[in-house]
Amino acid sequence: MNSVHSRLSLYLLFTPFLLWLALLIIIPHIFMFLVSISVKTGVREYVTGLGNYMVFFTEPLYWNTFARTAFMSISATFLTLLIGFPVAYYIAKLTRGRTKTTLFLMCLIPFWVSELVRTFGWMILLRETGIFSSFLQYIGLASEPIEFLYNDAAIMVGLVYTSMLFMVVPLVTTLDSLDDSLIEAGYDLGGNGITVLREIIIPHAMPGIVSGCIVVFMLSLGNYLTPILLGGKDSLWFTGLIYDQFITRFNWELGSAFGFLLLILSSTIVWAGLKLSGQSLTDTVGR
Amino acid sequence: MSQQPASAQNTNPAAAFDLECRNINKDFDGFKAVNNVSFNVPTGTFFSILGPSGCGKTTLLRMVAGFQTPSSGDLLIKGKSMIGVPPNKRPVSMVFQHLALFPMMDIAANVGFGLRQRGVPREDIAKRVETVLERVGLPGVGSRHISQLSGGQKQRVAIARCMVLEPDVLLLDEPLGALDLKLREHMKIELKKLQSEFGTTFVYITHDQSEALVMSDQIAVMNHGEFEQVGAARELYHEPKTAFVAGFVGEANSFTAKVDSINGDAATLVSDDGLNIKGHDASGNLQQGDKAKVYVRPESIRLATSADQLDNVENLNQGIIENILFNGANSHILLREEKSGGELNVAIPQTGQFRDLTRGDKVYIGWEAAQTRCYKES
Amino acid sequence: MKKILTSGIALLAAGVMGATSAQAETLRLLTWGGYAPENVIELFEAETGHTVEVTKSNNEEMVAKLRATNGGGFDLAQPSQDRIAGAQAEFDIYKPIDLSKIDESQFITSMLEATKGNTTYNDEIYGVPHVWGTSGLVVNKAEAGDVKDYLDLCDASVAGKVSYRLKRPTLIGFAFSMGLDPFAAYNDEEAYKDILAKVEDKLIECKPNVKTYWGGGDEIKNLLRSGEVVAAMAWDTGGWSLNEDNADITFVAPEAGALGWIDTFVLPKRGRADEAAYAWINFVMQPEIAAMITNSAGNFTASKGGDEGVDEALKVRYQESFPPEAVDNIKWYPTVPANLETLEGAVLDRVKAAN
Repeated sequence: MNSVHSRLSLYLLFTPFLLWLALLIIIPHIFMFLVSISVKTGVREYVTGLGNYMVFFTEPLYWNTFARTAFMSISATFLTLLIGFPVAYYIAKLTRGRTKTTLFLMCLIPFWVSELVRTFGWMILLRETGIFSSFLQYIGLASEPIEFLYNDAAIMVGLVYTSMLFMVVPLVTTLDSLDDSLIEAGYDLGGNGITVLREIIIPHAMPGIVSGCIVVFMLSLGNYLTPILLGGKDSLWFTGLIYDQFITRFNWELGSAFGFLLLILSSTIVWAGLKLSGQSLTDTVGR
Repeated sequence: MSQQPASAQNTNPAAAFDLECRNINKDFDGFKAVNNVSFNVPTGTFFSILGPSGCGKTTLLRMVAGFQTPSSGDLLIKGKSMIGVPPNKRPVSMVFQHLALFPMMDIAANVGFGLRQRGVPREDIAKRVETVLERVGLPGVGSRHISQLSGGQKQRVAIARCMVLEPDVLLLDEPLGALDLKLREHMKIELKKLQSEFGTTFVYITHDQSEALVMSDQIAVMNHGEFEQVGAARELYHEPKTAFVAGFVGEANSFTAKVDSINGDAATLVSDDGLNIKGHDASGNLQQGDKAKVYVRPESIRLATSADQLDNVENLNQGIIENILFNGANSHILLREEKSGGELNVAIPQTGQFRDLTRGDKVYIGWEAAQTRCYKES
Repeated sequence: MKKILTSGIALLAAGVMGATSAQAETLRLLTWGGYAPENVIELFEAETGHTVEVTKSNNEEMVAKLRATNGGGFDLAQPSQDRIAGAQAEFDIYKPIDLSKIDESQFITSMLEATKGNTTYNDEIYGVPHVWGTSGLVVNKAEAGDVKDYLDLCDASVAGKVSYRLKRPTLIGFAFSMGLDPFAAYNDEEAYKDILAKVEDKLIECKPNVKTYWGGGDEIKNLLRSGEVVAAMAWDTGGWSLNEDNADITFVAPEAGALGWIDTFVLPKRGRADEAAYAWINFVMQPEIAAMITNSAGNFTASKGGDEGVDEALKVRYQESFPPEAVDNIKWYPTVPANLETLEGAVLDRVKAAN
């Protein structure tokens, strides 16, 4: 009787989660997969096949766009780590109490406005008639307006800015858990800043680094607004391609195939990253 | 200890002391954590700094290690000033309170860490790591992970990690604190053995007097940022110079009393409870009418069933047994003194004579004036 | 339990009665920004008792949304006339219009007939016209007075200060400017591919001149207003609204011809409030209401006499941009055959990727 009860309450407890999983994740993906394997042969005529997937591999444009997107996302991830690590280290190890909370909140503040507003903020700063350009002219470093917008560097700035929090939070958490005496022991035994960082701090922070990198990489890869708004004339982004297929080309079949390829390829990259860093998914995300 | 060697303090290659502290001060925002502390640690000794938590002993140790900078004063290791020398350049190693073994490395990598930093060739590192592990009694554990070791083994690895670097001074920051009692007793002996085997100077800080008493050649008792007394364990126990040392080192019955009369070292006092006490003026400056602290060790108090068994004691009283704290060789009686109603702690001699004492029994107690140490209350 | 049940039944009954009485409906309108201004909605709701819910969108999204819901979720939509027959053939998302429920006398006859013709699929008529306008050039005359045709955007004198969209109107505009006729080739795939190939080369050649490919109406207006861009391909209304603030900037009908579009009324296949939809169509086509919409959207409507109540300033701007011969030269979009957009999409992708 009792076990029936507890099992029932367990089911009830899991029902919302299962519904969410089924309705919002699994069913749409099944639907998307079915769409992706229907190849259009004429008006309202479809056959089942992998033709849409073949398009991706035979048309270098799509393939290149994915490679470019992945490369830029990896670069953005790396850059975010490079900037985020010292920030996280400072917050976790060199401040305490109120200062710590304040600094943490400062990392959060940009996320109180929507991504669109944030991106427009960067546009106002970077555009030819924008604040940076005007400032450089004002202090005499530039004689005429400079365009900072509409290039890959601007995309990078936008991606790093958008991702920073997602890198800093896991890093602060893992660095917080690093006993200060381990660092002191490192110095005490003759280590210098570099060796202590390399042999003690980074190995300890590895789960945080990897989980931060996974999140930032996925966010960058799946970002749509930032690359579209800040990017230049050549800046194709894979999610933009998918949007185009779905919305402006009415080509849901190819769009779905692209969506699945994005899922598969990004998972592969994450898997490769985990293998390279010697971490497992349960170590990093499951903690 | 307060006088300074005149000059030439940095040019003494064959210094007699491994560690010298000269008038060390440390202020934290107006709080004096360490107040004008000076001491010398001779080569090859086991030196302990004993004090309650918050007395400044950890700060002092961290200054020796180089993690904190003294506000003033000088600190010399083997005759060389260490002021401005970063921790990784000092010839000292430290065993941390929670050992601070690196969980991301195996044992060999932990022990070899310091050697790697010095650029010792790989084969040499492997050899020296294995040698030092053998010396601490853990041969062949190099490839194991830290989590596979017991508490005592971890302790020894932590020491091996330091000793492999052959430091001039090994600092130990209450490393036994996290162990259970039995292991702690065992490790005390082990540590002492290791120290004499390596012959390295150990500076050990602890709040546990028994650790300090058992292991140390020299003990400094520290309180409120100052050294109260420095000396061998026996000295501290039998001839505490200050009331704090008398109360902190070993067990003692304490009274607050007023000096009735004084004759040389011999003092007659009346406790707040009204007990008449004959004692020894340990602070050497008692005057009639002074308030004083009086300490008597439980094992200095003799028990008897009749008054005539207690001859040659200046203090003779009667009491009723309230509690018997049986603890084998270390058993005690709590009794209430009849006249004053004050509580006294008395050690039971292990002769079997008092085996049958029970609660409510009336006994005679007596102790000598020489073992009744009186200190002027400041 | 019983209480819950009875109240549930009561609710159900109320719902059924509400649905059957059907006097006041909610009109879910899928339209463009400015086509359903607040003041018009208020008048409509007061007069008919229906309520209006507006969703703002654009051509591609309208079709995509209706396709996603199989023609449901909305009761009236307003895609351009070239997006009706093709989309219906492909996705079956609209239902035919019952012309008997529409007051045809309120429409400009030529425009109504043209739209009927363009939106016919399997002998059924699917759309009636509402708002029309053009796209062409918006030029800052003080800075780029020489820009008079699409190809002039590639001129060295405006290098780095030009913007256009990477969308099909750009392909069409450039084709006309190059002396080709893409509309004539709509139903000849080979000929159309040929044209596209030429346009693709031209657009790639022109790419260094472009500052950025704009995406949204606000973006291009900002670029023109700040002076970062001095000549662009854009809608006529964008040019006119900028003209209010800066007299140098205005819409120019290109020599090769402005591209004319007509936004229509169509009924989504699974729309539920047809009564309200027809009522809305007849209501907004009244000349005085049509004028209110023109003042709000900036574009003229297919309402007979609807231009009379329009702002004088807007009329002046219109006449400046469109001398009579320019009006005759407007290239009206014919209906887009299926599959054409896949070809165009590939060209646009290649232009974007080209360095």
